[in-house]
Amino acid sequence: MSVQSSNTQEIDIEFRAVSKRFEDVVAVENVSLTVARGAFFSFLGPSGCGKTTSLRLIAGFDQPTEGEVFIGGNSVVGVPSHKRPVNMVFQQYALFPHMDVAANIGYGLRQRNPKPGKADITKRVDETLEMVRLGGYGKRKVWELSGGQQQRVALARALINRPTCLLLDEPLAALDRKLRREMQIELQTLQRDVGITFILVTHDQEEALSMSDTICIMREGKIIQSGSPRELYDEPVSKYVADFVGKTNFFSGEVVDSNGSSVSVKSVSGQVFVGLQAKGAVPLAKKSKASIAVRPEMISISAADETTQNSDIVIQGRVMNRIFLGEHSEYLIATEGFGDVLVLTPKVLESHSKGFAPGDQVSISWGPEAALVLGDT
Amino acid sequence: MTMRIYAIAVFLFLYVPIGIIVLFSFNAGRHASELRGLSVQWYGKALSNAFVGDAFFTSLTIALSVAVLSSLMGTTAALALQRMKGKMRVLFDGLIYVSVMVPGIVIGIATLVALVTVFDFLNPLLAALWPEGIKPPKLSMGYASVIAAHTLFTMSLVIILVRARIAGMDRALIEASMDLYATPWRTFYQVTLPQIYPAILAGFLLSFTFSFDDFIISFFVAGANTTLPIYIFASIRRGITPEVNAIGTMVLAASLFLLMATQFLLRNKKNRGTSE
Repeated sequence: MSVQSSNTQEIDIEFRAVSKRFEDVVAVENVSLTVARGAFFSFLGPSGCGKTTSLRLIAGFDQPTEGEVFIGGNSVVGVPSHKRPVNMVFQQYALFPHMDVAANIGYGLRQRNPKPGKADITKRVDETLEMVRLGGYGKRKVWELSGGQQQRVALARALINRPTCLLLDEPLAALDRKLRREMQIELQTLQRDVGITFILVTHDQEEALSMSDTICIMREGKIIQSGSPRELYDEPVSKYVADFVGKTNFFSGEVVDSNGSSVSVKSVSGQVFVGLQAKGAVPLAKKSKASIAVRPEMISISAADETTQNSDIVIQGRVMNRIFLGEHSEYLIATEGFGDVLVLTPKVLESHSKGFAPGDQVSISWGPEAALVLGDT
Repeated sequence: MTMRIYAIAVFLFLYVPIGIIVLFSFNAGRHASELRGLSVQWYGKALSNAFVGDAFFTSLTIALSVAVLSSLMGTTAALALQRMKGKMRVLFDGLIYVSVMVPGIVIGIATLVALVTVFDFLNPLLAALWPEGIKPPKLSMGYASVIAAHTLFTMSLVIILVRARIAGMDRALIEASMDLYATPWRTFYQVTLPQIYPAILAGFLLSFTFSFDDFIISFFVAGANTTLPIYIFASIRRGITPEVNAIGTMVLAASLFLLMATQFLLRNKKNRGTSE
């Protein structure tokens, strides 16, 4: 029996030591997690990391080999999907091709026992169509709709049932980039409006970062780290997380000194970097392999002869490439001994000069707070 | 160019004999080999011939039963096979393809031998077990044996057609239905059935046509019953008459009508879409 303290939020979905094996393949291994009611939670990871299986365990399409899944405090082990109070938005939408838009959206209501009246169903279908901004589309064939419209029909078909929790399996993967941005904002607004738990599965870190309250990063069936987007970005516990969330420069080396949070790492070329270790990370022993991670936007760039202040590390290099990204410029700097380094400079900092051109000799630098030390896992 | 000549030659080879049968069915003369003016008298003769009528209804009864049975059993078998995994599935798949490839004459002989053996074993047993005074039933060749033998073959056709359709169907549709609170049974008739229904219908018609046209298997196991192909075969032995041509033409017209009707139904269904 778990004792719930008064200050914790109500838990909607919970995994207790859940494992799922398909014959010899371990899809999910000993995963425990909780999702608070009304949260926007994401499973993030590459394909085959177990994120979709986790979602299917909640939906009831698969049953855990070990452990228990709870929905709203009740164990749902053995409960088939049609008896679970959750609804899913499928990757390819899975709209019923032999029904029109209204029939698709009303499908869930028609399965209820007792079945609501015809007028009631029609009314709620119309309301839901309005909610996803598809008013008047009820009689359309689903295959006549654009990808974005089909996506909204899929959302409406799930939301009309007022589930306690909405499951989204890579819902935006089939849309083009611009539409994806729009739908991200739309989904977030929708989630705030309806106030139900959203659980998203995605391999797109940008999608997870921009929409979720909590992200759970998975790899080979295990949770590597979970936390707010900010925590994952600022304090990744491993190189894997840092690499997955945002762009990062890595300098690998060997731990030479460690005192609590601050760790010194000697790179292959002999330079000693000092960096912080994230709170949740496993402490690193001396001589163990580690990486120094520095986010591109934490590095400043200046002309080679200019003096830099307040910097811990200064490295000389040459501009290889510059990509103008509107509000930012992305530089690729070739350095001696440290490989190619990515630097992101905001336009405001460049306004005094025209920035640097390929071939320019520059020095790059960063302060002591910018570097993180990560174990090589 | 050569390819085109080939194509024309192949089509002529296929359709000229059929055309000749149709043409000669309108022959005013009595002999099948010479055309003497046009008339529909042979159609009248064929239709008023009681033997033809009986044979037609025998064939129709058998073909309808075969079509219904094989669509039902074939569809359920296909659905069950879809859920099967591993070696057993490979085995069953193999057996289904084999049963489609087995020549009709082998099915005919094999069914005949099997049924005769079983009947010879069961009939004395039934006679011994039956209460005194009531005439015991006697199993023999008849409608049931023809229907069983045809279904054996046509069921495999239905399985293959329906399996292909299920394989092409988005598995997520079924999961979506379950996710939207539909029980497995409701999911079947609201989602799976509408998706695989064209294949079932195609299988039904194919089974019907096969059974209606079949001569070889029926010849072995029909017992005293005369199906239309058996009747035609028997009358041809007395010489090809314009009456036989007329029967052939009517069967052809009916088959073509059925085929076109199915096509029409299927297309209409697809365009309309359905909603409740």
